[in-house]
Amino acid sequence: MSIVAGIVLAALVVLLVALPFLREPVAADDRLEAPGEEEARRLSLVEERDRALGALKELEFDHRTGKIGDDDYRELVGPLRREAARALRALEPQRRHGAAPEGLESAEPTARDEVVATPQE
Amino acid sequence: MADLGRAALVVSLGLSVYALVAGIVAARGNRRRLAASARNALFCSFGSTLVAAAVLATALVRHDFSFAYVAAHTNRTLPTAYALSAFWGGQEGSLLLWLLVLTGYGALAVALNRKLLRDLTAWVVPVLGGIASFFAFVLVAVASPFDTQTAPLDGAGLTPSLQNPYMVAHPPMLYLGYVGLAIPFAFAAGAMLSGRTDERWIVATRRWTLAAWTFLGFGQLLGAHWAYVEVGWGGYYAWDPVENAALMPWLAATAFLHSVMIQERKGMLKVWNMVLVALAFELSVFGTFLTRSGVVNSIHSFAKSPIGGWFLAFVVISSLFSMGLIMFRLPLLKARTKLESALSREAAFLYNNLLLVALCLTVLWGVLFPILTQLVKGETRTIGRPYYDFFLRAFGLPLLLLMGIGPLIAWRKASARALLRTLAWPIAVMLVCGAGLVAVGAGSSKPGLIAYTFSAFVLATIVLELVRGARATGSLLTLIGRNRRRYGGYIVHAAVVLLAIGIAGSSAYGRQTEARLVPGQSVAISGYTLTLRAVRVTQTPNATETRALLDVRGPWSGTISSGANQYRFPPEPSREVGIKTNWTRAEDLYVIADDVNPTTKVVYVKVLVKPLVNLIWIAGIVFLLGSAVALWPDAREQRRLVTRLAPARA
Repeated sequence: MSIVAGIVLAALVVLLVALPFLREPVAADDRLEAPGEEEARRLSLVEERDRALGALKELEFDHRTGKIGDDDYRELVGPLRREAARALRALEPQRRHGAAPEGLESAEPTARDEVVATPQE
Repeated sequence: MADLGRAALVVSLGLSVYALVAGIVAARGNRRRLAASARNALFCSFGSTLVAAAVLATALVRHDFSFAYVAAHTNRTLPTAYALSAFWGGQEGSLLLWLLVLTGYGALAVALNRKLLRDLTAWVVPVLGGIASFFAFVLVAVASPFDTQTAPLDGAGLTPSLQNPYMVAHPPMLYLGYVGLAIPFAFAAGAMLSGRTDERWIVATRRWTLAAWTFLGFGQLLGAHWAYVEVGWGGYYAWDPVENAALMPWLAATAFLHSVMIQERKGMLKVWNMVLVALAFELSVFGTFLTRSGVVNSIHSFAKSPIGGWFLAFVVISSLFSMGLIMFRLPLLKARTKLESALSREAAFLYNNLLLVALCLTVLWGVLFPILTQLVKGETRTIGRPYYDFFLRAFGLPLLLLMGIGPLIAWRKASARALLRTLAWPIAVMLVCGAGLVAVGAGSSKPGLIAYTFSAFVLATIVLELVRGARATGSLLTLIGRNRRRYGGYIVHAAVVLLAIGIAGSSAYGRQTEARLVPGQSVAISGYTLTLRAVRVTQTPNATETRALLDVRGPWSGTISSGANQYRFPPEPSREVGIKTNWTRAEDLYVIADDVNPTTKVVYVKVLVKPLVNLIWIAGIVFLLGSAVALWPDAREQRRLVTRLAPARA
């Protein structure tokens, strides 16, 4: 009984391991789908964008909860907005060259800052 | 049955080796079908190991003593739950559990990420296959749980100290933690092997790391409670090498969980994070080596066998592989940004990391020292409790303080003035608490006083964070729901504070006394008077139970019994302590009756009063709650991840 069960187990795993070749004996394209250089660059830009936007949200939340004073906030928010704008521009070349999306370049706090966003970690 | 178990393990070994070799060939040669085949081999390896595990579990439950393992670790009178727990009560069974959890975790992690991270998983499969190959090889060739013999009438039985409900849960919990650390390691190695060292491997393994860390932490607390109620020396952590073996990877993983946030936010510490992931994994394998090799004297070293050499070789080879890989990929792991200020959240995380790793390496040195002195001088010199206690205070107390300061510092850059303003309330709470504690006499222990005041400071910062955050977002639930990871982390911080208070209270302010008693004589401690009433001997099917019965008068009145059991199968003694929790005074009355003589009725008794010790166990529940909050799936995060990676799949 055990021997039969062992043989069945072995046969089953051989079948499953060979399945990709049984399904496609001849593959038109057998290459792994790996991101190319361009895609890797896009991923890197997406990471930069997310990091910059996350940092902006963090800064606003820290300001709102009193961890950061007004002076420090004004000093930090400008470079962060420019960074975020750069990342967004790099990702969206179709946008008007040189224009910052939705007022992100302003170094002064605006009404947008009052929108409280709890940053994600 | 045993043949099926053996065959399943051989099949599992073959599949793991195939996943390793075919996985490497497929990833290097960019071959899609071969990569899918290697992945299927990893999945099947789990299935095959599951068959082997089912065979052993069935043999244990059916008391099939033709299995040498079953005969060595169970007997007929053993209840079914303990018979099943014998699965991890012996060496071969626990190695099988390692392989089962590893292949199960590996299959699930690869299956969940195979579409989004196809290029990464192509390299993750051979890494996991390599680790699984080692464990499967040890199980097939060195320590098989399926060795057979002529069945004896009865088995030897399970070690008495393992016949405890905590032992049903503690070892598997630790294994879930130890083995879970293989997943972030495999993805980190996969990222380096593929040359894609972006953040995808971190995102993919975030919850795996957190889950493994939770299991490891909670498993240690279960073990501490087992030691407290079962081993019966009055403590819960003895800095035993095997206890340390679980603590070290947990400390390294704690450091990683913090430092990885800096990489996610600033693109910094990439090399450091790779080192921490590798360190945590290597320490988890090293822990298994310590437990199972018999190289150190420990209450946990239940078996000594030749597997030690194999494990040591594996630790050395995998460490060299990790270091070589990190060195090879150094150019890809360069940071893009720098630390902007020494007074910032990321700097606080960095200090926290340095302290955690320093504590981890200090413990490692304490574990290695006896082994090294044996190798160099031919004599074993152990490092005692004072060494560990000193470094726990030296690194642990600043860590506790940082746990309070860190969350209140802003990212990037904070001014001293803003920080002081934010910290004003917590500092005030700390000072008031410290003064109050001195007034009630807690100044008798400086470390205890410092631990309490720092704990008050951290709790105040957590409350402040929650109040300010809730005000800003409108409600506490919204606040936590929007950032479960952060606020789950704060709940875990609160658990650590409870743990610190419990440890400080029970060790720095505990009291104890010893006495020789005959019936009618009493011993007094902290307002309690314990009078020996009688000595009782009871015969049970598997043990002779000798108990001293003590009547207690004082803040709590009643009877406590304490003594020892002498088991027949296996013929081993077990100390049985008497514990009474007095919730109104927040303390335990702990009675150890050694050397109970049923003939002369003379009893040597040790009585301890342990203030706040139960906070340690409550901390375990809070720790679980915090981890659950942090681990809870976040649909928004998942959508973001899919959006971010979508074009990569196209």
